[in-house]
Amino acid sequence: MNRDNVRDEVIRRSGTDPRKCMKCGKCSATCPSYDEMEGHPHEFVYMVENGDIEPLLASESIYRCLTCMACVERCPRGVEPAKIVESVRLEAIRKKGANRLTPEAVAAVADEELPQQAVVTAFRKYAK
Amino acid sequence: MQRIGVFVCWCGSNIAATVDVEAVSQALKDEPGVVFSTNYQYMCSQAGQDLIKQAVAEHGLTGIVICSCSPRMHETTFRRAAAAAGLNPYMVEIANIREQCSWVHKDIALGTQKAIVLGRAAVAKLHLNAPLTPGETPVTKRALVIGGGIAGIQTALDIADAGFKVDIVEKKPTIGGKMSQLDKTFPTLDCAACILTPKMVEAAQNENITIYSYSEVESVGGFVGNFDVTIRKKARYVNESICTGCGLCTEKCPVKNVPNEFNLGMDSRRAVYIPFAQAVPKVATIDPDYCNMLKNGKCGVCARVCTAGAIDYKQTDELIEQKYGAIVVATGYEPIKLDKFDEFAYNSSPDVITSLEFERLTNAAGPTSGKLLRPSDGKHPHRIVFVQCVGSRCAAAAGKGKEYCSKICCMYTAKQAMLVRDKYPDTEVYVFYIDVRTPGKNFDEFYRRAAEEYGVKYVKGMVGKISPQGEVLKVQASDLIAGRQLHIDADLVVLAAAIEPDRSARPLATMLTASMDTNDFFTEAHPKLRPVESPTAGVFLSGACQGPKDIPETVAQAGAAAAKVIGLLAKDKLTSNPCVASVDELMCNGCSSCERVCPYGAISYVNKEFRMPDRTVALRRVASVNPAVCQGCGACTVACMSGAMDLRGFEAKQIIAEVDAICK
Repeated sequence: MNRDNVRDEVIRRSGTDPRKCMKCGKCSATCPSYDEMEGHPHEFVYMVENGDIEPLLASESIYRCLTCMACVERCPRGVEPAKIVESVRLEAIRKKGANRLTPEAVAAVADEELPQQAVVTAFRKYAK
Repeated sequence: MQRIGVFVCWCGSNIAATVDVEAVSQALKDEPGVVFSTNYQYMCSQAGQDLIKQAVAEHGLTGIVICSCSPRMHETTFRRAAAAAGLNPYMVEIANIREQCSWVHKDIALGTQKAIVLGRAAVAKLHLNAPLTPGETPVTKRALVIGGGIAGIQTALDIADAGFKVDIVEKKPTIGGKMSQLDKTFPTLDCAACILTPKMVEAAQNENITIYSYSEVESVGGFVGNFDVTIRKKARYVNESICTGCGLCTEKCPVKNVPNEFNLGMDSRRAVYIPFAQAVPKVATIDPDYCNMLKNGKCGVCARVCTAGAIDYKQTDELIEQKYGAIVVATGYEPIKLDKFDEFAYNSSPDVITSLEFERLTNAAGPTSGKLLRPSDGKHPHRIVFVQCVGSRCAAAAGKGKEYCSKICCMYTAKQAMLVRDKYPDTEVYVFYIDVRTPGKNFDEFYRRAAEEYGVKYVKGMVGKISPQGEVLKVQASDLIAGRQLHIDADLVVLAAAIEPDRSARPLATMLTASMDTNDFFTEAHPKLRPVESPTAGVFLSGACQGPKDIPETVAQAGAAAAKVIGLLAKDKLTSNPCVASVDELMCNGCSSCERVCPYGAISYVNKEFRMPDRTVALRRVASVNPAVCQGCGACTVACMSGAMDLRGFEAKQIIAEVDAICK
């Protein structure tokens, strides 16, 4: 897939419209994982809008998002940044072919190293 | 001996926080002639004014001193209060202990001391005051509107609607102004011509409105209610009353290469021209700089083809003299020159254009019939970069642009970017901005629509450099949110150039003795409370001559200015300021110094018979002041070498008494 297709797919899957963002920074202001992320929520939205998905896929930032949804709750434009982060995360997980996780399998894989939010995300995905 | 009352105002904490008002009223109690002295929280309030009236009655006061704000603020208020109490309103003196004392000092002891001195000076002056009676002058029930853009047209229509005669003076061959050059207007996207031209026609057909097109104001004399204006009707070499506007001459004229100013030089017109199809008045004008007949007497084609016989090569400028009660300035704006912004390559690449040029490129009546084509090669641009704040918001020290925000650019850029994406979805559109400023009804929604629905790419950051390279413009810019430098190959760059007052504004302000700010925008009498009046009585402001304004705001202000004019013209008589110059004829030596310095032409000289001490009669030449024209500026009193000229209410002996009181 080319750059624009990846972007369109990420945006489609997130169910959001990053163009609604007016760059106020409220998502980053509200994010509890801000210091843990190199691509901060507002930058995340902007990069997806511009199609710069590659660096995000390679970044640890996608696993640092707690999916706490505070940014979704407080965004004045209804952009829902956490959903965009999740969509990119799914892009990364699916690329690795590890896009399936059963509840039974959790115990086997859960250890100190596994990012907790990956588990949370996996569960929410199955709930859809 | 006067019986003087002193009233010290606290102005809430404005004065009382820096001046011990009680100490001031106590100290002034001991001044000669002062029989009553008090202080109060708000002297200008109804309760404060009642306090004055009561004191006048109880203590038999013959004059009052108010220690308060500037007389510019409340002199009228206190004069009215004095009149209501039965005093002559000119027996009121104001000591400005706010602007000239409490607001500029921090030390209470020093501030109090200064307030006492200012009060003492006012008391000393009041001792020499004499009751004055204002005169009355008639009002000429006709208004002059200078400038025939949307501001001038709207003001004229509103005044005419109230039943008064209005003349519009427009320097161009047609009314319509900048709005007639625009394509669509934000935020509703009505086409500018569709909403403007009916108003132009309405103005032309209204029997109360006379349009002097291709005319300029030559001189202004007189004063509020009685302005004497000379209008120069420039020779257009076409008889306006005969020309039918058929346009045959504009097709047959052999001089084809005249830059067409209506399309900002992007195409050409003939030496005889009608600016645009809906021009009002729709008559041809011959450009004397290009017409062969006028330049060297060889041609005459237009006269031969004109079936109406309207061409008149012998026509000369005509001077029209007219009296007016009120004058409205509506001279508008123009985009700044971009010579100082080499980095944008405006002068070196035809594909770097201004926003106004862009309007012409998208206008169906423009040089490309509304097709968005690059000026260089006529190709459709696929990547367009809009740059905002070009020459706006620059520090004065940088010496390049204007310090102010031009206010209209954010919205028209959003409009232009949106319309490009709407009409040509294959075009990539960038807007580089420092801030996007969209206060106004439905404005922010409009801008968001450009970004969200039309996919205009708004990038926070400025364009640093544009280099034309072959067919493309290499744009180097910053994306401050991504924290990186962008390099874009653009086909077309549109610069949102700052706007400045029209060049005709400065000389006009001098003629009108109306004040301007450092940017040559006309100053309003009060920035909040009198926004459409000039400090010069009888002169009103409409539209962008007062500051950058979009169309809705201009129309609103135009209506407000009209309301003020109607209020003035509805009066049969105006009371005139009695504080005018008066001459002591026995001391006047007839030197004419005062006549020469008077900016209002209020002084003339008369030959008068005088009885001399030896019982002979001598004929002497002496100054004579027209009190209706005199504005009381005092220039003549300074110029008078024999001390014959004095200003009522501000006589030399009164000023000396004030100085003595201060130096005591």
